[in-house]
Amino acid sequence: MGLQSRRSFYFRFLGAYRDPWWLLVFAVLLILTALIVIQPNPFLRILLFVRDGIQVTIYVTLVSFALVLLLGLVVGLIRLSKLTILRGIATIYVEVIRGIPALVQLIFWYFAFPSLVQDIGRSLGWQALMDYRPNPVAMAILGLTICYAAYMSEVYRAGIQSIPRGQMEAARSLGMSYFQAMRYVILPQAVRVILPPVGNEFITLLKDSSLTSVVAVPELTRRGREFMAASFIPLQTWLMVSLLYLVMTLLATRVVAWIEYKTRLEK
Amino acid sequence: MEREPIIHIENVHKWFGHVHALRGVNLDVYKGEVVVIIGPSGSGKSTLLRCINRLEEFDEGKIIVDGIPLDSAENINAVRTEVGMVFQQFNLFPHLTVLENICLAQRIVRKRKKEEAEAIAMELLRKVGIPEKAHNYPAQLSGGQQQRVAIARALAMNPKIMLFDEPTSALDPEMIQEVLDVMLNLAREGMTMVVVSHEIGFARAAAHRAILMDEGQIIEEAPPDILFNNPRHERTRAFLSKVLH
Repeated sequence: MGLQSRRSFYFRFLGAYRDPWWLLVFAVLLILTALIVIQPNPFLRILLFVRDGIQVTIYVTLVSFALVLLLGLVVGLIRLSKLTILRGIATIYVEVIRGIPALVQLIFWYFAFPSLVQDIGRSLGWQALMDYRPNPVAMAILGLTICYAAYMSEVYRAGIQSIPRGQMEAARSLGMSYFQAMRYVILPQAVRVILPPVGNEFITLLKDSSLTSVVAVPELTRRGREFMAASFIPLQTWLMVSLLYLVMTLLATRVVAWIEYKTRLEK
Repeated sequence: MEREPIIHIENVHKWFGHVHALRGVNLDVYKGEVVVIIGPSGSGKSTLLRCINRLEEFDEGKIIVDGIPLDSAENINAVRTEVGMVFQQFNLFPHLTVLENICLAQRIVRKRKKEEAEAIAMELLRKVGIPEKAHNYPAQLSGGQQQRVAIARALAMNPKIMLFDEPTSALDPEMIQEVLDVMLNLAREGMTMVVVSHEIGFARAAAHRAILMDEGQIIEEAPPDILFNNPRHERTRAFLSKVLH
């Protein structure tokens, strides 16, 4: 068993020349390295300048995505439940959020929401609210989470609905509660169904984290803009930034494929 | 009869939208009794069975199982732990092995320890004749084997009553007998059973009572020999002439 899986691993590794994904990654890494080695000025300078932006991009993406997974599940379960009022609220939430561009939502949370808080503070005479200043990263994570959880809830809903009714009935007939049946019977099967669309959501979120550059989050895109503004070399700057995004999304794609491979149903 | 029935069904009505699926069904089942329900498709026999453990809600009437009325959420869960159910489509959990299928509810509902649950599961797998499949996944089993695992899974909860909803209808013909044999053994051990099935042979061999349902009502009930050989009602005769060849 161990031998066989190891062999198939090497086989896949050595078979890389036939796999367009590996080819692409090698090509991108090669270009990146070549640019940095052959022309450290400006490419190494750009990389060093935007390095902390990469960290912020990864941080914002990972934290938002973890929250999206949680909030999306809650909203998805509510939309499948018999709780009429909550279900109505959840449906309105999903429809409203999906109808507004993500960029507009991010701007709303960073600019409009704090001014609302300050107005409320003024009318109540609360100094703490009047002095409220938004934290860019926190507001960006909030905005991305609320936006993407609406889409994610639909992914969960479709995944749960794809599991045959008989599974829930069998679990309930054995005396399990609704939540026990969800936890132990339905969700473990639904996860395998929704993994590909969840992976897509992750990669889209990673790319859309660049939108947070307009609300003062010092992530990769914003750092790129700052470098361009200081250096006036747009071509090299955005070539570098594009390649860095490409490396991250390609790696994420592969991680998703690997998780899919690991969690598939044993035959 | 003096004894208290273990299942008491009184004037139960059920509508699916405009369809009147159950039209005032009355039925008492006693401890240790095996009742087989037959009838044309759409007659409400599966719906009635599913009302007994409240997989289906009913609109009127009452059902009392082992002294517990089916009215509150706690009572429904209490009844479900007393009543095992076997489905036409087996409904095994495909992401779990056979052993895990049988242990899951024991662990989280009955709160049994892993070793205890597994010992019970293995004993039941021996009883249904497939202990060697314990570590296989459902997809690796034949239909007959899957249905026997489903029976073992229900029995692991120590139910007082077993409900069978067309347990052999989805099986290839050569696998029907192995499932019926398990059910026959269960009947001989004195398990209270309500079986929706058209397996006349099983009904003759195991049932104390056979019931014909049509259009949401019980048309006729009698010991199987009488119901199958000398039915009193025209509708019973008409149905049997299509089923018996």
